[in-house]
Amino acid sequence: MLRAEGLRHAFGSVRALDDISFTLHPGQTLAVFGPNGAGKTTLLKVLAGLIRPQGGRAQIEGGRGAVGWIGHQPQLYAHLTVHENLRFWASLYDVPDGAVRRRAGDLLARLRLEAHRDRPVRALSRGLVQRVAIARALIHDPRVLLLDEPFTGLDRMAAEEFRRLLEEQVANGRATVLVTHNVEEGTELATDVAFMRAGRFVRLEPRAGRGAGRIADAYREAIADA
Amino acid sequence: MPDTLRHAWVIARKDLLVEFRSRTAILSVAVFTVLVLLVFNFGRDPTAVAAVDLAPSILWVTFTFAAMLTLNRAFQLELENQALDGLLLAPIGPRSLYLGKLLANLMFVAVVEAVGLPLFALFFNVSVLPVLPPLAGVIALATIGFVAVGTLFSAMTTRTRFAELLLPVLLLPFMIPPLIWAVLATAALLAGRPLSEAGGWLRLLGAYDIVFVTLAFFLFPATVDE
Amino acid sequence: MRLLRAGRWITVLGFVLLAGVYLRALAFTPVERSQGLAQKIFYLHVPAAIWAETAMVLVGLASVFYLFLKDPRLDRFAEASAEVGTVFAAIVLTTGPIWGKPIWGTWWSWDARLTFTLFLFLLYAGYLLLRGAVADPGARRRYAAVLGICGMCLVPFIHFSVYLFRTLHPMPIVLKPSAPSLPGSMLATWLFSLSVFTLLYVAFVMQRYALGLLREPAAGSEGLHA
Repeated sequence: MLRAEGLRHAFGSVRALDDISFTLHPGQTLAVFGPNGAGKTTLLKVLAGLIRPQGGRAQIEGGRGAVGWIGHQPQLYAHLTVHENLRFWASLYDVPDGAVRRRAGDLLARLRLEAHRDRPVRALSRGLVQRVAIARALIHDPRVLLLDEPFTGLDRMAAEEFRRLLEEQVANGRATVLVTHNVEEGTELATDVAFMRAGRFVRLEPRAGRGAGRIADAYREAIADA
Repeated sequence: MPDTLRHAWVIARKDLLVEFRSRTAILSVAVFTVLVLLVFNFGRDPTAVAAVDLAPSILWVTFTFAAMLTLNRAFQLELENQALDGLLLAPIGPRSLYLGKLLANLMFVAVVEAVGLPLFALFFNVSVLPVLPPLAGVIALATIGFVAVGTLFSAMTTRTRFAELLLPVLLLPFMIPPLIWAVLATAALLAGRPLSEAGGWLRLLGAYDIVFVTLAFFLFPATVDE
Repeated sequence: MRLLRAGRWITVLGFVLLAGVYLRALAFTPVERSQGLAQKIFYLHVPAAIWAETAMVLVGLASVFYLFLKDPRLDRFAEASAEVGTVFAAIVLTTGPIWGKPIWGTWWSWDARLTFTLFLFLLYAGYLLLRGAVADPGARRRYAAVLGICGMCLVPFIHFSVYLFRTLHPMPIVLKPSAPSLPGSMLATWLFSLSVFTLLYVAFVMQRYALGLLREPAAGSEGLHA
């Protein structure tokens, strides 16, 4: 469903990606942990096709239209309402009107945004905006999810709800790459974990039922060794 | 191609909606237009130069400044919240993005010109009505050309330092040739001479439009492709 | 750096030959009847004008090929050619008024050819400013290429306008379709000067290209923002 082969990319003399390869099948979630500047965001951008890698290639089944993306910025228009934003992005993905209405209603309910449906995005708090960004990323029912620190700004309840939403997506055969510096947040969702440092996966392995504590230990160990 | 046009229209419609909601850009440009016309009134010696001699230049200098202001807006809008990344991720071609922006810009500039023209006629006592259809044609021909180039350039300048300054510096050399032809054609019209006398200028304007719309359409992907 | 050294030597040779041109122009070429000594500047003015324009076309062609081949050497050549073109345009703009004062009786007349050389100069200035304003090397090359191609396409429009305007300028007498109407010895001096300017163009570009190459590794660390 998603395949990366020998990805390499550098910004000037700084190596952001150094020979990254992995494959994800439907129902797999790869959590990539790494300190700031490890190249995590670059990896997602290359996977999404926003940056053309200098070496190697990334392939996503279904192409760009199959990708749902949550980045550092919400990618919403501040002056448009929540619903207008969702409709606009859905129309770029050619989602039929009926489906947009159904999915938007569904997502707004799940993310407890119904009361804010017709408010402009600029009037919303940071946490609410992040929830709208999540709805935006899922509006076209993407098959591959690329998530960059998606829990930023979410309170406990919203994070919990988002986690459940993601679990459903995975159960429906979606493949997910989740990138974060926070081991606590990502572990539970992951089927596989990767530790990234200076553009390399220093480890890439199945989570094998380990909890956040053990993954955090493994992470510290791996990053220290490298 | 139908896909390209449909997506372009989706983007243009979104821009218009954002503008309708915020109203800041269009209102400030309209006020600006009035102010420029006022400045011209005080910047000339009415006993020495008849209004009708200066009128074509006044009209076009005003339109040039107004267009410059609206063009800066086009991609600025996409940079807030990184919406541009979202647009590049969506399964639409970059040319849809260009056409959408071009369409929205043309509509903005057209609105500003529609506000500016009657005020110009009023302030400088120029009878525009008898030559309105051919004059509108001249305005449209000139506007299409420089807005096409301006839209292309603003995609580059908004992502640089000093964006608001750099766009006029880059664009003015490209605006001046169509501006000269438009001024000459306008002068011929306002002096009551037949349109055929301005044929040479109109042909040049047409050629400019064809060359630069085509060029911008094909070059635009290079401004967004990473 | 061999290229740099070779460029320097050719420059020295060029300047020596330029002195030769003026020796020949002043001592061995007849004084033009109506313009007197002022006409001598023509041996500097016209070759510089030809190369200022040709350099823009070369910038454009290199840019076209850059967008297809993505070879940084083409971009480096375009940059070098643009800077040299700027210098030549500046020579035209200074020698023009020096000639214009005794002949037209005014330093600056809004003569079409001189005006459009001014455009060319501004076009170069914009091109170099754009290069300076973009931090990311990849984006800088792409943006510069887009502007370079547009600049090249503007040149014919500039030319067209020249012939449609009534102008004070001496009409081209060397490169007109019929046989050159220039006395043989003047033509010889002029052709000599043109080849010296060609040599100078090549020498300047070689040096500038070599300097660009030297600057590159240092510039590599600019694109840090991942």
